Amino acid sequence: MWWSDNAKIATKLLALAASMLVFAIFVMPPLYDAFCEITGLNGKTGGKYEAVPAAVDRDRLVTVQFVASNNENMPWGFKPSVVTVKVHPGEAMDTVFLASNPTDRDMVAQAIPSLVPFKAAEYFHKTECFCFNQQALKAGESAELPLRFIVDPDLPPSVNTITLSYTLFDITERVSSNLDNKNTDSEREG
Amino acid sequence: MLRGFKRLFALLTTSVLAHSALAEEQGAERWGVNMTQGVTEVAHTTYNLHMLIFWICVAIGVVVFGVMFYSMWRHRKSKGYQAAQFHESTAVELAWTIVPTIILILMAIPATKTLYDIYDTEEADLDIMITGYQWKWKYNYLGSDVSFFSNLSTPRTQIDNQQPKGENYLLEVDEPLVVPVNKKIRFLITANDVIHAWWVPDLAVKKDAIPGFINESWTRIDEPGIYRGQCAELCGKDHGFMPIVVKAVPEAEYTAWLDERAAAAVKMRELTEKTFTFDELLAQGEKVYNRACAACHQPNGQGVPPTFPAIAGSKIATGPLDGHMSMVIRGSQKNPAMQAFGEQLSEVDLAAVITYQRNAFGNDMGDTVQPIDILNFKNKQ
Amino acid sequence: MAHGPQPGFKRWLYTTNHKDIGSMYLWFSFAMFLLGGCMALVIRAELFEPGLQIVQPEFFNQMTTMHGLIMVFGAVMPAFVGLANWMIPMMIGAPDMALPRMNNWSFWILPFAFAMLASTLFMEGGAPNFGWTFYAPLSTEYAPPSVTFFIFSIHIMGASSIMGSINIIATILNMRAPGMTLMKMPLFVWTWLITAYLLIAVMPVLAGVVTMMLMDIHFGTSFFSAAGGGDPVLFQHVFWFFGHPEVYIMILPAFGIVSAIIPTFARKPLFGYSSMVYATASIAFLSFIVWAHHMFTVGMPIAGELFFMYATMLIAVPTGVKVFNWVTTMFRGSMTFETPMLFAVAFVILFTIGGFSGLMLAIAPADFQYHDTYFVVAHFHYVLVPGAIFSITAGVYYWLPKWTGNMYNETMGKVHFWLAFIGLNVTFFPMHFVGLAGMPRRIPDYALQFADFNQIASVGAFLFGAAQLVFLFNVIRTVQGGNKATDEVWENPEGLEWTVPSPAPYHTFSTPPAVR
Repeated sequence: MWWSDNAKIATKLLALAASMLVFAIFVMPPLYDAFCEITGLNGKTGGKYEAVPAAVDRDRLVTVQFVASNNENMPWGFKPSVVTVKVHPGEAMDTVFLASNPTDRDMVAQAIPSLVPFKAAEYFHKTECFCFNQQALKAGESAELPLRFIVDPDLPPSVNTITLSYTLFDITERVSSNLDNKNTDSEREG
Repeated sequence: MLRGFKRLFALLTTSVLAHSALAEEQGAERWGVNMTQGVTEVAHTTYNLHMLIFWICVAIGVVVFGVMFYSMWRHRKSKGYQAAQFHESTAVELAWTIVPTIILILMAIPATKTLYDIYDTEEADLDIMITGYQWKWKYNYLGSDVSFFSNLSTPRTQIDNQQPKGENYLLEVDEPLVVPVNKKIRFLITANDVIHAWWVPDLAVKKDAIPGFINESWTRIDEPGIYRGQCAELCGKDHGFMPIVVKAVPEAEYTAWLDERAAAAVKMRELTEKTFTFDELLAQGEKVYNRACAACHQPNGQGVPPTFPAIAGSKIATGPLDGHMSMVIRGSQKNPAMQAFGEQLSEVDLAAVITYQRNAFGNDMGDTVQPIDILNFKNKQ
Repeated sequence: MAHGPQPGFKRWLYTTNHKDIGSMYLWFSFAMFLLGGCMALVIRAELFEPGLQIVQPEFFNQMTTMHGLIMVFGAVMPAFVGLANWMIPMMIGAPDMALPRMNNWSFWILPFAFAMLASTLFMEGGAPNFGWTFYAPLSTEYAPPSVTFFIFSIHIMGASSIMGSINIIATILNMRAPGMTLMKMPLFVWTWLITAYLLIAVMPVLAGVVTMMLMDIHFGTSFFSAAGGGDPVLFQHVFWFFGHPEVYIMILPAFGIVSAIIPTFARKPLFGYSSMVYATASIAFLSFIVWAHHMFTVGMPIAGELFFMYATMLIAVPTGVKVFNWVTTMFRGSMTFETPMLFAVAFVILFTIGGFSGLMLAIAPADFQYHDTYFVVAHFHYVLVPGAIFSITAGVYYWLPKWTGNMYNETMGKVHFWLAFIGLNVTFFPMHFVGLAGMPRRIPDYALQFADFNQIASVGAFLFGAAQLVFLFNVIRTVQGGNKATDEVWENPEGLEWTVPSPAPYHTFSTPPAVR
C-alpha cells in the first residue's frame, strides 16, 4: 500500500542526486571559471581583449613586472626580455618573452598567466599573447613570444604595481596523445 | 610493528622522567602553549585578535558551564530534587539568539579591520619570489641575479636517532632567506609541482603556493633576528622536512650580503671553467648527494622502489653519460618524483654528484664529469 | 509478516529486516572504528618522540589518510545509519524501512568498498597518501597507482550513503503512524531527515570530484591541472562544497541522540523542541555557504574572505541555541548519571569547547596562523570524537537494553566513560598548545619544542584506545545475557520505542500504534 508512494519519493530523490552529480561535474567548473574571471581569483586574466580606443592617462604611470617560471621538469629556457616596464593606463605596450628548447626533441608548451594583485586582473587587458596558443618549438629552436597589453585607465588608484607571471608547462605528451586519440594512461617509470 | 610497540612501552616507562629533566634545562620554550606575538605589526594585531576572541569564548564558557555544573550539582535525583516541567519560552529563545548575534558582530569588527590591514597593496621596497618544490624552497630576489634553493640542513643521522638532535632540529636550512628589517617586503608565492604553503609564524604570513598561479603576501619586520617556519600544506613524503628560515638583518648588512651573493654568482661561473680531480669531485659529490638526493634515493643508494629507484646498479647511473646527465639536469619525463636539478644545483655540484653516483654504491664506471661538460650539455644545440 | 529470521548466515545475507540491517551497520562501523583507531595509534606512536622511529614518512602519510577516510566514511557515517535503521521505524511507529531490499543493498556494498580501500595498503606504491582531503595535484599527477581503487571505493561508499538516505527520507515521509505529525517526531528522526537531504545533495558532489580526478588521471582531461587550462584550486572548492555539509552530516544525528537522552535522565521534557528543529535546519542551510573557510590561505579576494568569515561566524548562533536548550533542559531537572547521560553531558561540554575553537578558526586573519596546524586537528577531533563518537556510544548504551533485552553492566559502562573521557582530553587538549606554538599537521617528525605535549597526547591516545576494548567487552556481555531489562528500561522515557517489549521483537508495529 505504501509502495507506490515510496517509489515516487525514491525516484524524485534519485533524480536530485543525479542532478547534483551533473552540477558538480558540468556546472561547477565553468561557474568557477566565470567567478575567477569576475573576481580575478588566482590572478586569472581574461581571454583576448578587443581593443576599444580609450583615453590614455598621461598623468599616471603603472609599473608592470614580469616573472617567468617553468613547471616541474620543463627544460626550456624561458624569461622575459625586460623585467619591468612603466606604462600609462590606456596605452598599448609590446614586449616579448624569450623561449628556447635546448633538448633534442620537438616539444609543445603552454604558458599559464597569473597576475597579482588579484583586484587588478580585470583591468589588465591582453590584445595579443603567446598564452592564447600552445607554443611548439623544434629541437634546439628558440623564439620570441609576443605579448601586447593595455592597462585599463579604471585601474584602482591603490594599485601601482602589477606583477604578471607566466608558468611554462610541458604539454608535449598531452598534445601527442590527444592526436593519437588515446588516453594518457601514463605508466610511471621506475 | 611489534618491535615498535615494545620500544614505545620501554620509552613510556623511562622517558617521562628523562624528558622532564631535559625540559628544565631548555627552559619554558619547550612548553609553549600560545601563539607567538611575532615581530611584525600584522603579527601583533593577529595575536591580539586571537586573544580577544579567546577570552570572549572563555567568558561565554564560564557562564554556560557554570549554569550547567550548578544544576548538575543541585538538581540531582539523589538529593531528592523534584523536576520542574517547563519546556518552552519564546522570550528566552529570542534572547539567546539575539545576544550571541550581538557578540558576534562585536567580534567581526576588529577581525574585518585586521583583514583590511593584511590586504594592504601599498608599494613594496623589495620583491621576493618564493617557489615551493618537493621538498625545498627557492628564493629569487627579483631585480637582482640572486636566486638560490634552501634545503633542510638537519643531518639524516639526527632524524634516524643515530646522533643527538640539535637545538634547531628540523628547523634549520643550508641557506636562509636574508631580508632587511623595517622594509616592506612583498612575497610572490608559487609552486613547481604540488601545492605547498609558506608559513613563518613570527611574521604571521601563511600563503598557499599553487603550481601555475602566484599568490602575494607581504611583511615588514621590526627587529633583526632569525625566524623559523615550515611548509603548511601536505605536499608528499617529505612535507615535514622542508623548513623555512628567515634571517632579518639591518639594511646595510642586507645590501652587503646581496652584493656578496651577486659576486659569488660570478665566481661560480669562473669555477665552472676549472678542471677538478676525480677525488675532489667524489668528495664534493658525496656532500651534494646527501643534501639533494639521499632523501629519496637513500644514503646507501638503494632507493625506495618503485617511486624512488635505486642508484646502485641502475641502468642510468651505469649507462651512457648523456642519459645520466639528462636525467639529473632535466628530470624524468615519466616519473614526476624525479625533478630537474639543472637549475637547482650549480654546474660544479652537478658534475660532482654525477661523478659520485657513477662511482659509489658499487657502481664502478671510473669516468669523471667536469663542470664544463655540464655547461656544454645544457647549451647543446 | 509474522515470520522470524532465517537460520544461519542466510539471515544476514538476505535480510530485509531493519533491525538486522541496523545491527550489521553498527558492528561493521565498530570494526572500522577499531581499524581506523589502530592507524591513529600508529600515528601517535610515531609522534611519541622526535625523530623517525617506527614508520617512514611514506607510510605515515598513508596512515593519516586512511585513518581519516576510514573514520569518516567507515566508522561515523555507518554507525549513524545503523542507529537510524534500528530506531527510526520504532520511533515513528512503522513496521520497517520503506525500501527494505534497497536497505540490504546499501549495507552489503559497504564491506566491498572498504575491502578495496584497505587492500591498497598492500599494493605497489602503497595506499593513498595525500590526506583525506586529497588535494590535487598531489592526488592526481603525483598520486600512487592505488588512487584508482581509492576513487572506486569512494564511488561505492557514496552510492551506499545515497541509497540509505533515500530510504530514510521515504520512511519518515511515508510511513509514520497515524497521528505522528512532523512536529511530533522525536528529534533524532528530525535531525536524520535533514541529514539525509544533506547527504543526497552532497554525496554526488563527492562522486563528481573523484570522477573528475579519474578523468584527469586516465582520460587526459585537465579539470585540476593548470597545464590544460584547469585549476588545482577548483578541486578545493568542489571538495569543500561537499566537505563542509559532510561534517554536519557527522554531527546532526548526534544532536538528535543527545536530545533524546538528556530529557530522560533529567526527567524533564526537552526545552525548546521547535527551536531545536529550526536550529538544525538553519545549520544545514548555512553549511552550504561556508565551504571556503577551509581555504582562507589559498588566496582569495578580500570580499570572499569577509563573506565566508561572516557566514561561518553565523553558524555559532543556531549551534548556541542548541547548547543553551540542552543546558536549560538539565536546569531544575531531577538528574541521574547513568552511562548514557555521562556520555551525553560530556558531549555537551566537549562539543562546546570544539565549537569555541571553531569560532576562533572562523576569524579569517587569525586563521592565517591556525590554518593547517595542530590547532585545527584539536578542533575537529574535539567536535568529532565527543560529537560523533560519544553520542553514538551514548545512543548504544541508551538503546542496548531495548535491542538485547538485557541491561549492560553499569560499573563497566562508567569505567569505559571515565577512561574515554580522560583519554580523549589527554590526547587532544595538548594539541591546541602545539598547534598555537606552530606545529603543522600531517608531519611525521617535529621540532624539539613540541616534544612534551606530543608525548602526553600519545599516552592519552593509547588510553582512549584501551577504553574502547572495555566498551566491546561490555556490549558482548550484554548481548549474551545479564539482568533483564523492563519494557520501559528507564524511568518514564519518552517515545514509541519504549512501548514495545524488551528485547524488541523481530517485527514491531505490524499494526500502527495510536499516537496521542
